[in-house]
Amino acid sequence: MENSYLPYPVRIDEIITETEDRNLKTFKFVFLTPADEEKFAYIPGQFAELSIPGKGEIPIGIASSPSEKGFIKFTVNKVGLVSSHLHNMKVGDIMGLRGPLGISYPWEEMKGKNVVIIGGGFAFTTLRSSIIYMLQPENRANFQKISVVYGARSPGLLLYQDELAQWEARDDINMHITVDGTDDSDWKYNVGFVPTITEEKITSAENAIAIVCGPPIMIKFTQPVLEKLGFPPERIILSLEMRMKCGIGICGRCNIGDKYVCKDGPVFSLAQLKNMPSEY
Amino acid sequence: MTDKIYKKEEWLASLTDLKEQYKLYVPVKDGDYHNIKPLEEGTKPDFDYQNSRLSPKSAIFPQSERMFEYSLDENDPDHGILQESEKDYRIQVLAGIRPCDAHAMEIVKRNFDTPEYRDYWWVKHRETTILIGLGCNEPCSTCFCTEVGGDPFGEKELDILLHDLGEQYLARGLTDQGIEFLKKAGGTEADKKTLKQAAELAAKAREKIRTKVSTDKLKDKVLNELFDAPFWEEIGFSCLNCGTCTYLCPTCWCFDIQDEVHGKKGDRMRNWDSCMFPLFTYHGSGHNPRDQKYKRVRQRFMHKLKYYVDKYQNGVQCSGCGRCVRYCPVNIDIRQVARLMNKF
Repeated sequence: MENSYLPYPVRIDEIITETEDRNLKTFKFVFLTPADEEKFAYIPGQFAELSIPGKGEIPIGIASSPSEKGFIKFTVNKVGLVSSHLHNMKVGDIMGLRGPLGISYPWEEMKGKNVVIIGGGFAFTTLRSSIIYMLQPENRANFQKISVVYGARSPGLLLYQDELAQWEARDDINMHITVDGTDDSDWKYNVGFVPTITEEKITSAENAIAIVCGPPIMIKFTQPVLEKLGFPPERIILSLEMRMKCGIGICGRCNIGDKYVCKDGPVFSLAQLKNMPSEY
Repeated sequence: MTDKIYKKEEWLASLTDLKEQYKLYVPVKDGDYHNIKPLEEGTKPDFDYQNSRLSPKSAIFPQSERMFEYSLDENDPDHGILQESEKDYRIQVLAGIRPCDAHAMEIVKRNFDTPEYRDYWWVKHRETTILIGLGCNEPCSTCFCTEVGGDPFGEKELDILLHDLGEQYLARGLTDQGIEFLKKAGGTEADKKTLKQAAELAAKAREKIRTKVSTDKLKDKVLNELFDAPFWEEIGFSCLNCGTCTYLCPTCWCFDIQDEVHGKKGDRMRNWDSCMFPLFTYHGSGHNPRDQKYKRVRQRFMHKLKYYVDKYQNGVQCSGCGRCVRYCPVNIDIRQVARLMNKF
């Protein structure tokens, strides 16, 4: 019998400090047993438990794309016991990885559609995974127009800044990067909250699906904008967070009604959420 | 099916003999109450009891269980790599548990042993456990097994069911494992008269359960409407969030996972947890979706009486043992809550 609680051993291969406040770091992991990489076959939108012996486990969205081989990447905000410890670990350290867990974004449904990606703050990780995945030459033709609205409080708090600049330069993805405010006179992108920029830049819900990932306040104000644009609740896709332990729908912790965020989610459509208790 | 008769002292002597072959657990008087404990040298089994204070769920799902161990010594080539802890998986026999507690194992199995994931330790413990039930001639005033799909002489999950006939036990072997155990335990074949007597006693016991708890309409209720029902704050008003109900409940399965470090060695443990505790859902960010106690009380009852019902289409997550009713310090009564929900 397979033991779903046993993590794959991994080695930290690279650590990148992402934001100027140094609260977000990206960790690149390499599997100690190469065969484990195949067993860890994932799809953008899924998450994993980062497992640190002596400290515990934390559920984190996978930031790398399955098209990127040889490593798995996570961007972790420094918050509690495990994430703070992880921030102090160094390249070469051994830890564990358990997953992939949860369901992905609805890739079958997204085929042939215009995809609108809306992200805020440090919740851009699985959205990064999704963008890299969609921009792969073998996948790009599966989608129509790809638009991205991504915002942070200030320029220094945006994740993946090099990649954002690369995507800006491409003509097969429409980037709308924004910050809440900045006094940087060289700032060449938008200034304004994510819902406002969404209203300005996204002009149609026609044959479109929206993937939204961000802090609760952003989601709260983006939702009416999308509905006004004509997105039906079935085509507004959200990724939720919840305190978790097992990650496989057994320990009973992360339920919303009769759904477990870890196993039945973390990805839900707004249509689904409307039929679930608002306890998240 | 094999039906055997044992004089009571003969039954106890057989169990004592069999403790070399199996890990045996029996009801034992433990202070003012009974619990299911290992049959060791000097243990006095006492089958003359109503029910154990703690449910026997801990035999399959220990209150605290080591999952993995690891070294934190950087000179150790395996440091930081979790290893499965060695465990004693010899067959264990729980002799004399009540049918409601066996029924509870069927209820929780739907959570631990699913088509997608099988809980490694729960399944292993369950597969190496023989359950011997003891039918209830005298159900408690708080018992309501018959209202939630059980019976004082219910056979669900049991390998053997004992009927207490005064001087002797009728032991009914219900599975191959149970029949094999009875073969080893001696006894004499039961005659028709004894079987008839046992059936009559069981029917009488059934009649003694007077509590009526309707759960038939729960499945047709709209989940969000029940969630928003006006009675939750009132039900939760007196709750202390002490967690007694969840710890005593044979069908409560929530657990926590924690790492414990002792010097250069560490263990990953899982421990029973409770939805009654505020920390249960407390996010790292400080946000807590169940930040008020009535929300936690609502979670417990909605889980047992609505979420479980909808998810598995197989009744409620309650076996009617009545422990939470008996031991709640502020008299919150699941039977009353079920009535409110069912008629809402």
